[in-house]
Amino acid sequence: MKKKLVIAVTALNAIDSPGPGVAVIRAIRECPDFEARIIGLSYEALEPGLYMHELVDKSYQIPYPSAGTDSLLARLEYIHAEEQLELIIPNFDAELFNFIKLRDKLHTMGIRTFLPDLVQFESRDKLKLFDFGKKHGFLVPRDRVLHEFRELKKMEEELEYPVVVKGKFYDAVIANSYDQVEKAFLKILAKWGLPIILQDFVKGTEINIAVLGDGKGKAISIIPMRKLYITDKGKAWAGITLDDDRLVALARQFIASTQWRGGCELEVMLTDDGKPFIMEVNPRFPAWIYLTAAAGQNQPASLVKMAMGEPVAPFTHYEVGKIFIRYSWDLITDIAEFQKISGNGEL
Amino acid sequence: MRIRKNIAVSEEGFLFNPTTGDSFSTNSTGALIIRLLKQDKTLPEIASELCDEYDADRLLVERDLEEFASLLKEYSVLD
Amino acid sequence: MEKKRYERPTLRKMNTGLMNKFGSKSENTPVTHIENNSVKSLLKEYGSPLFVISERQIRRNMRNASRIFKTRYPKVQFAWSYKTNYLDAVCQIFHQEGSWAEVVSGFEYDKALKNGVPGNQIIFNGPDKTDEQLLLAARNNSLIHIDHYDELYTLIRLSEEHRMRPRVAIRINMDTGIYPKWDRFGFNFENGQAWNALTRILNSQWLELVGLHCHIGTFMLSPAAYATAARNLCELAWSVKERFGKMVDYIDLGGGFPSTNTLKGAYLPGTDTVPSIDQFADAITDVILGYGFRPEELPLLILESGRALIDDAGYLLGTVLATKRLSDGRRATILDFGINSLFTAFWYEHKVSPAQLHSRQTEETVLYGPLCMNIDMVRENIVMPLLEKGNQVVVHQVGAYNMTQWMQFITLRPAIVLIDEENNTHIIRRPETMEYIDSLEQLPQHLKQDV
Repeated sequence: MKKKLVIAVTALNAIDSPGPGVAVIRAIRECPDFEARIIGLSYEALEPGLYMHELVDKSYQIPYPSAGTDSLLARLEYIHAEEQLELIIPNFDAELFNFIKLRDKLHTMGIRTFLPDLVQFESRDKLKLFDFGKKHGFLVPRDRVLHEFRELKKMEEELEYPVVVKGKFYDAVIANSYDQVEKAFLKILAKWGLPIILQDFVKGTEINIAVLGDGKGKAISIIPMRKLYITDKGKAWAGITLDDDRLVALARQFIASTQWRGGCELEVMLTDDGKPFIMEVNPRFPAWIYLTAAAGQNQPASLVKMAMGEPVAPFTHYEVGKIFIRYSWDLITDIAEFQKISGNGEL
Repeated sequence: MRIRKNIAVSEEGFLFNPTTGDSFSTNSTGALIIRLLKQDKTLPEIASELCDEYDADRLLVERDLEEFASLLKEYSVLD
Repeated sequence: MEKKRYERPTLRKMNTGLMNKFGSKSENTPVTHIENNSVKSLLKEYGSPLFVISERQIRRNMRNASRIFKTRYPKVQFAWSYKTNYLDAVCQIFHQEGSWAEVVSGFEYDKALKNGVPGNQIIFNGPDKTDEQLLLAARNNSLIHIDHYDELYTLIRLSEEHRMRPRVAIRINMDTGIYPKWDRFGFNFENGQAWNALTRILNSQWLELVGLHCHIGTFMLSPAAYATAARNLCELAWSVKERFGKMVDYIDLGGGFPSTNTLKGAYLPGTDTVPSIDQFADAITDVILGYGFRPEELPLLILESGRALIDDAGYLLGTVLATKRLSDGRRATILDFGINSLFTAFWYEHKVSPAQLHSRQTEETVLYGPLCMNIDMVRENIVMPLLEKGNQVVVHQVGAYNMTQWMQFITLRPAIVLIDEENNTHIIRRPETMEYIDSLEQLPQHLKQDV
C-alpha cells in the first residue's frame, strides 16, 4: 500500500484538556507502510493542530455538530471536491453521532470511515451503561437516573455513602452525606440540567484501556495504561503501560460482545480484590493514543489499514513500562494564518 | 474621521488592529468603504461613491454607512 | 455599465469560541416558492404575515403513515387530532383520507359533527365533558374515553336515567420510562386504578367497554416507550378477556409522534435525531402481534397522530420590519410576526429561510417579533444572510398547534391560505378584522361617548 492516502482527522485541539487528533496524526505519520496527506478538520480557529504544518498538510473548518448532518455533509462535499478524501477519522464524542449517520453517504462518495454503528454507539451511553453491563455480564456500578429533585428526597433513607453524583454530559462529585449529595445535585443541575445520575462509588485503581476492534468481534489491539499523575482537570499528565491479563481479557470480552468497530477507550476501576468495573466507555481514541504506537501497537495506523480493506492481524505483544509525559510547547504563527482559517475557513 | 494609521488591511478583506490585537473580516462593501476612508474621503463623499458603484438607495446607504462608522469607532479602527 | 447589487457593509470580529460560519448553509438556501406559488406573490395578494398550508403535503403525510402501519398490522384506524389544527379545511382533508375525529372538548366535538363526521367515528377525550355533552356523545354512539372516576360515575348515572348504553373506553396512564409522566390524565396502570375502573365498567349494565386508550406524552422521541405502552394495554385487554370473556374492540395508543422540528436545548437538529414513523410502528405492532391474541381477535389499532402529520405542511411567511444593532453589538432583526402567531417558538428552534436571493455573506442575528414585549422572540440566535427592511422570510414546520393556540394580542390574526394539489390557492381563514373583534364587545350605556 505504498501510496499517499488522503486522510481527514478531527480534534486538533492539543491543549490542556486535549483532543486526540494530533496524537492520531503523529501515529499515522510514523507508520512505514503508507504515506499520508493529512487534512485537518477543525471547529475553532485556534486549534493548535491547524498550525502544525509538518503534521497537517491542509485544514478546513467544519460546522459545529449542533448544525446537523445536512450542514456537515455540504461542507464535506466541498472539502472532498478539493482534496479527494479517502478516509475520515473523527475523534470527538459530540461529532460521532453525525459522522455515524453519514457513514453510508460518505461511502458512496468514496470516503471511508471505521466507526461503530449507531446501536453500538448508543448502548455505551452514560445513561444506558448499567443496562449494557447487565446484558453482557460486565461489572458496572449501579446507577439511578433522577429527573426531579423530589426523587432525590425520596431516596434519602436508602442511600449509601460515598455516592457519585454525575451530570448528563460532564462533571462528577463524590458525596459522603445526604447534605453533600443535595449540594452536588443542585450544582450540577445548574450547570448541565436534568437528568442527574447517582452512581455507586467504586473504590480502586483507575485504569484506562485503549482498544481497537475490527467490527467482527476481534480485538486487534489492547493497551492498558495507568495514569501516573493527573492535572487539576482530571486529565492524564503522565501514564504508563501495564501488564495485566485481567484487563486484556476484559477488553477482549468487550469487543467480542459488542462487535465494536474502530477505536475506543474503556475507563475501568480495578477494586482491591481485583474486580474490574467499567466506569465509562469513550467511543473513540483517547488523547494518549500515541502511547499505543510507542508501545508497539500502532492503533491509528491499524485503523487506517482496516478502513482501506487490508487485513490486519491482532497484535500479540506490546512493551510494558512505556511512559508518556505530556508537555506544552508554545507554537509561533502569524496573524495572517489566523485570519485565513478564521475568515476563509481554510489554511 | 480617520482610519488609524497602523491598521493593516489585507487583500482578502481582513483587518488587523495592532493596537488591540483584534482581527476583523469585512465584505466587499465594507472593504471599499475602508479603502475610501484611507484616502481621507468624508462620509458624504463615500456615500456618493457607493451609490455610483452599487444599485442602492442613497438614504439606505447613508444609514448603513453611519452604523458601519460607529462600529469601526467602537472597535477602535477609526480615530 | 450595470451597477452591482448593493449589500450593507459588515464587520465581523474574528473571535474564537464563537460559532464558525461554515455551518448553516441549509438555513440560508432561499425558499422563494411554496408548492410553485412565489412567496412574494402570496404575501402581495393575502398580506403579511401569512400562514400557508400545503394540501399535497398533508395527504402525502397521511398516506405515508397509513401505509407504514397498514403494512405491519391488519386493522388500523387514524383519528385526526382536532386540537392540533381544527381549521375546517384541514379537518376535511384528513376525513377525506379516511381519518376519524379525535376531540377533547365540547367545542371540538361540535366542530367534528359540523364537519359531517358520523357520531360513531368521533373519539371524545379529555377531562372536561359536561352532562349535556356526554348525553349528546352517547346518543350519537361516539366513543367516550373516560378520564376519571367522577366522569365514570356521572356517565353511569346519566345512562341509567336515560336508559342508554354508551360505548366507552378508559384512558390509562403509566410509567413508560419517559419523563415527565403524564399521570394527571386517566387511570393509573401500575397501582391497579385502571383495572378497578375496568372492573367497575364491566360490572355495570349501563356501559359497554369497547376499548383501551393511552396517550403517553407529546413529542416523544422514544419508540421503546410506545412498546411499553402497547404491552401494558395488551396485558389489560388479556385480563379483560380472561376474567370477563370479552375481547375489547380496539387499542388506542393516542398521539405524540414528533415532527422533525428541533426542540430548544436539543444539541442536534430534529431532522437528525427524531425517529421515523417506521420505528414507532415497528415498536407498537411487534408487541401487539406478538402478544398471543388469535388472528381474529386482534384489536383494531387506533392512532391519534397530529403533529407528525401536519407540522411540515404549514409555513408562516413574513416580512422584515427593521434591522438594528443591540447595545452589545449583536444584530437584531424585527419581523412582522412574533409569538402571537408563532406560539411554538416557545419550544422550537424553528428553521427560518430567507425568501429571496442574497450574497454568501451571513451574520448572526436575533429574530424578534413586533410585540412590545421582551419575550417576543422567534429565534434567540440564528445565522442568516444580511436581511434588510422589506425582505421576506419563511418559517418551516408550523402546521401543528400554531393555528389553534395563536393569540390575538395588540393586533389581528393573519389569513390562512391552502395550496391545493393543483397548486391553486384558497383562503381558508380570512384575516381578522376590527368588526370581528368588536362584534363580541358590548359597551354599557354609561360609558358611551356621543361621537
